[in-house]
Amino acid sequence: MTIRTARQDRGQHFRPRMHCFKKLEAIVVEMQDQKSGVKGSEQKLNVSTIPHVISKDVIAWIANKMKSTAETLVFGTMLVAYGYIYPLQNHKKLVMCNDASLYRFQTPYFWPAQKWVAEDSDYAHYNHLHELLNHKWDFIVMQATEQYAGKERKKPDRVVFDCQERAYWIVNRPPRRTHSAMDVGPERLIDPNTDENIFFQQAIMRSKVKSSVSLGLVKYITTYKNHDPFLAPCLPSNPWLSDNDSYWNLNMRVDAPTKMRVERWSFSFFELLSDLRGRDDFKVFLKKEFENLAFWEAAEELKWGTASSMSTKAETIFRTFLAPGAPRWINIDGRTMGLTVKGLDHPHRYVLEAAQTHVFLLMKKDTFFRYLKSPVYKEMQKKALNPEPHNFQSQLDQNAQNRSAGIHPIILWQQEEEEKAKAAAAAAPIDVKAMMSKIDRKK
Amino acid sequence: MCDQTFVAVTFGPCESCGLASPLMNIYVKTDPLNYCSFCVEVMACKGLQRGETLTSLKNESESLKKKLEEERVKLNDVELHQVAEKIEVLGALSLKTRRVLKGHSNKVLCMDWCKDRRRIVSSSQDGKLIVWDAFTLNKEHGVSLPCTWVMACAYAPSGCAVACGGLDNKCSVIPLSLDSNENLAAKKKSVAMHTNYLSGCTFTNSDMQLLTSSGDGTCALWDVESGQLLQSFHGHTADVLSLDLAPSETGNTFVSGGSDKKSNVWDMRSGQNVQSFESHESDVNCVKYYPSGDAFASASDDSTCRFYDLRADREVAVYQKDSIIFGASTVDFSLSGRLLFAGYNDYTINVWDVLKGTRVSCLFGHENRISRVRVSPDGTALCSASWDNTLRIWA
Repeated sequence: MTIRTARQDRGQHFRPRMHCFKKLEAIVVEMQDQKSGVKGSEQKLNVSTIPHVISKDVIAWIANKMKSTAETLVFGTMLVAYGYIYPLQNHKKLVMCNDASLYRFQTPYFWPAQKWVAEDSDYAHYNHLHELLNHKWDFIVMQATEQYAGKERKKPDRVVFDCQERAYWIVNRPPRRTHSAMDVGPERLIDPNTDENIFFQQAIMRSKVKSSVSLGLVKYITTYKNHDPFLAPCLPSNPWLSDNDSYWNLNMRVDAPTKMRVERWSFSFFELLSDLRGRDDFKVFLKKEFENLAFWEAAEELKWGTASSMSTKAETIFRTFLAPGAPRWINIDGRTMGLTVKGLDHPHRYVLEAAQTHVFLLMKKDTFFRYLKSPVYKEMQKKALNPEPHNFQSQLDQNAQNRSAGIHPIILWQQEEEEKAKAAAAAAPIDVKAMMSKIDRKK
Repeated sequence: MCDQTFVAVTFGPCESCGLASPLMNIYVKTDPLNYCSFCVEVMACKGLQRGETLTSLKNESESLKKKLEEERVKLNDVELHQVAEKIEVLGALSLKTRRVLKGHSNKVLCMDWCKDRRRIVSSSQDGKLIVWDAFTLNKEHGVSLPCTWVMACAYAPSGCAVACGGLDNKCSVIPLSLDSNENLAAKKKSVAMHTNYLSGCTFTNSDMQLLTSSGDGTCALWDVESGQLLQSFHGHTADVLSLDLAPSETGNTFVSGGSDKKSNVWDMRSGQNVQSFESHESDVNCVKYYPSGDAFASASDDSTCRFYDLRADREVAVYQKDSIIFGASTVDFSLSGRLLFAGYNDYTINVWDVLKGTRVSCLFGHENRISRVRVSPDGTALCSASWDNTLRIWA
């Protein structure tokens, strides 16, 4: 056995991560109350008689206290896992079982509080490692004498103390390959307070909205209620329940979308644009007037693109959409145009924000509503599929064995990139000079 | 939609250092200033000015805090559960474990879904990153990283790469391939460098940018291709434990939660902290936006989850119960936003009704604390990662 030195400090002496310890301790104290707590009794175990042993009355007491039965076993297990209660049989498995297992309350001396850090040298002493630690032995003996100074022990007390000590070490030095509740992960730091006043001034200056106006949260929930697979069944079936992935296949970029999907496009312009199939349909509706959408897409690419490509992209966008006489000139107000052109002197990724927002709002408030009333959308609604719900209960085993792998996202991505490149090439504004020089050369 | 995000960010010479960069608009004693984010940081770190003492600053801070609370209370008229009275009660939820993903040899610390709704990436204390097809239970890739405690991992929007990081203080991007046998660790690329552990990472709307949060108290936005730091976000006074990107159409903000009990909302363009909420009593372990982007929820070590409305700028609901004593480590919303799934340190997942504030269901099954819960992109399933070395899919 090796002595591990730089052990992770479970004491968390920076501050209490275990916010729950105070509450837990209060409950454990209540449990040990003479009148209203859990009743203990003497039990014979092996040779010795152990006092104050408790059994599954603990669970009944917890259920009564919490006024709910759902988590009683979980809570009991937590008490055992943190060492407030320890099992007398199976002492290595720190769970509370709802059977005849016997438990005892741990003495407060051994509770997992911050002030008492489980030192490695204490553990070494417990494991009779003094043979290996000859050079540290004097120090260890000194520590031990301090601990036991003035405390005389009788035989029954010894047994009890041994049980308690063993339980303490099982919690604080868990055997290999077991889960421990005391594990808290890496340390968290705290810095001293810095100046927060600048922030507060701004917060007061900012405009706020009255609560009732902003409760559009409720409206969102009501709109999407039938589209939430946890609340309403999805058609034909939820792939995780039936092991049949047709739901996912039907919702790819197919020619015939489902009725639910088409309905979802009408909820907001953002929904329509985020679903690529919806965007395709919107483009069909726009026919020749899609410079606004093209500008929006180009601005998105600029915003989320790599830092190195920014200036070239900004140049192209300026030439294609914003310059006077540009092939795809977008119609935005003078002020925004002025701001944008000025910003293009120092192109940064947000230089098109104002113009993009303006175009987006234009599409959202006007074009989107025209689309919803258009024959294109109405056709789509009629054509949309309404798949039959699967009757999968009888086929579960069969389905489970035939789970299909679907298309890999990398392949899908490559396909989409190819399509985008083709579309860009086809839609690129014709460079008249280049055409003319080509014709000249042919001649 | 928060109107904040429609304000065009001012770009121009900073009033302090003169360099051209996105500017933050701040007020010092009602005087407006336009500084770049670096100069604001310098100003905030300056020692006591003449005439100020620690106590005078603290008093000023307290009085400003009180004034802010008064302003917030004035606008408060109706509580969330009052408006929700007209909404019908939810039926019983029967969620069961549909898959158990076994393969990690130590605690699973983080997971993320792929946009294809079935693939998952998970990272663990043993330094391994595994990419699964959760539907077929097939392990597609396994990457061994040189550091232990890989606390954050994320799937790229294209599905072609994953990002991860932890105690190595870095966030690395690993491109995936169609070949399962390829050694992906060789193609790993370090993108983000922090001065303390990495607690969270996420891609923005493309594979080209990465947003990270760290134990050094800052968040940062990075360009993946060059590794360049695009923007840093200072304002937390302790470790930042979690972050989430807003799902709104402009996608310009994100929220972060830290050990200083605060949840902060940031503007990605200027680095400015636009909103802050401090109502938890202990560390904020996880933050997650509501699907519409107008609100967010947070989970904390004080065993409560709280719901904050961004437009009203205040907390509108607290999800707590006397019988829940252990800290909540992770939260996520269902697709409609009606259900809030929260994972706790007592090995359970509680499902809350967001509007009514009541607990709908409790999911048992894990044998150690829950480190992460995430609803799949189309809302069909919930995945939970736990310190018992497994992941579970519930539906």
